[in-house]
Amino acid sequence: MAKVMEGLRYSESHEYVRVEGNYGFVGITDYAQHALGNVVYVDMPEVGDEVTAGEEFGAVESVKAASDLISPVSGTVVGVNEALEDEPELVNKDAFENWIIKVELSDASELDALMDAKAYTDYTEKL
Amino acid sequence: MENKRTCLYDKHEALGALIQPFGGFDMPIQYSTIVEEHNAVRHDCGVFDVSHMGEVLVGGKDAERFVNVVFTNDVKDMPEGKILYGMMCFPDGGVVDDLLVYKLRGGRFLLVINAANIDKDWAWIQQQAEGYDLALEHLSDHYGELAVQGPNSEAVMEEVLGIPCRELTFYTFKTLGEVIVSRTGYTGEDGFEIYAEPAYIRQCWDRLLASGRCKPCGLGCRDTLRFEVGLPLYGDELSADISPIMAGLSMFVKLDKPDFIGREALARQKAEGVSRKLVGIELRDKAIPRHGYTVLREGQPIGEVTTGYHTISTDKSVCMALIDAGQATLGNEVEIQIRKKTFPGVVCKRKFYDKHYRK
Repeated sequence: MAKVMEGLRYSESHEYVRVEGNYGFVGITDYAQHALGNVVYVDMPEVGDEVTAGEEFGAVESVKAASDLISPVSGTVVGVNEALEDEPELVNKDAFENWIIKVELSDASELDALMDAKAYTDYTEKL
Repeated sequence: MENKRTCLYDKHEALGALIQPFGGFDMPIQYSTIVEEHNAVRHDCGVFDVSHMGEVLVGGKDAERFVNVVFTNDVKDMPEGKILYGMMCFPDGGVVDDLLVYKLRGGRFLLVINAANIDKDWAWIQQQAEGYDLALEHLSDHYGELAVQGPNSEAVMEEVLGIPCRELTFYTFKTLGEVIVSRTGYTGEDGFEIYAEPAYIRQCWDRLLASGRCKPCGLGCRDTLRFEVGLPLYGDELSADISPIMAGLSMFVKLDKPDFIGREALARQKAEGVSRKLVGIELRDKAIPRHGYTVLREGQPIGEVTTGYHTISTDKSVCMALIDAGQATLGNEVEIQIRKKTFPGVVCKRKFYDKHYRK
């Protein structure tokens, strides 16, 4: 059974954002890492890149296939999780602990369009 | 059209396998993880349900002559109990399918073909059969098939299934009643394949799993295993557009045979050279080249990736790719377009991991 964490916001494409002040830590959900299987590469943007809500900002690759990462928020990338460069499998170990990018949010109101933990749980149960 | 199911489908479902369509069948892709299953085959023992593979029996007075006309390898005077790998080709040298040919008793041949090509192959074989004295039987629905693969597979076959097989050498088989057991596989490891009616296949599967000495393995790791040792997959490295000469498989094309379909075109390719060649490419980065991605040289497209992975056994991002023959020299520096970026790579051999066959 995939874990869902309280207090995060979720997208239909299975990214989460954990908000701290004006920053959002974006990663893929436990449900997504389960569905992907062994993660072997995470293609991340660079610090300074702009991301836009609903648009692709990188990819997570399992043994079998590449899956686009879709940003749940807009803003500027101010950090990437460099640990994933050498240990992409950390995403499988704990998807919520191992965020992928840190974004300085340009429009906090976008968070309202995302699901809360309960809504996301319901959403994944129907898939 | 609804996908077909193998005789073990209910068992895959009960094991909670991830099931996806492949070659017209709903097949298990993985039971646990591709990495775990891959490593089981490399270092211990795994069993695959490969009942989706097709089988065609060729008998009759002209069987040998006919098989030698549709098949690129040479079955003339082939001893019973031997197996050959090769292709069926179109007149232009493109590949109808790659297959194994088993020489049975009574001058008969069993052709083992790819699931995705069963209908096409059967039609092709019947079409070519005109004028020959043959008894053709399509047995794909009659046979189930298991592949028991890995360094411990011989012990598992003998001790768990009670099938003595240590005397079998590579690419030979024996029959036990209606059951065929061969020392073959598609993983680069020592291993065996069992062809039999569904009830026997189900019994073997249950005993293998109950023994705890053999891990159920899905098609996910079947692909990573065959890829690492440079074995081609029809649809990726071989196709109607990719000849065995382009794919570097000339050793399975016997141009000295009097005649076979595609001979003239293949002989010309061999003599004059081919426009594109299948190569290996190793990337410096961890990004993964996938089927269909563009290969470039100094910014200009020179070909396409046929299969790529971050290899499980060697921890490298590598691929097989079909590129302009002029660029196919070992050590040549190329790039691969992966999403928005290009990544530098070097042309290398198509084999990324050594085979461990017991010959």
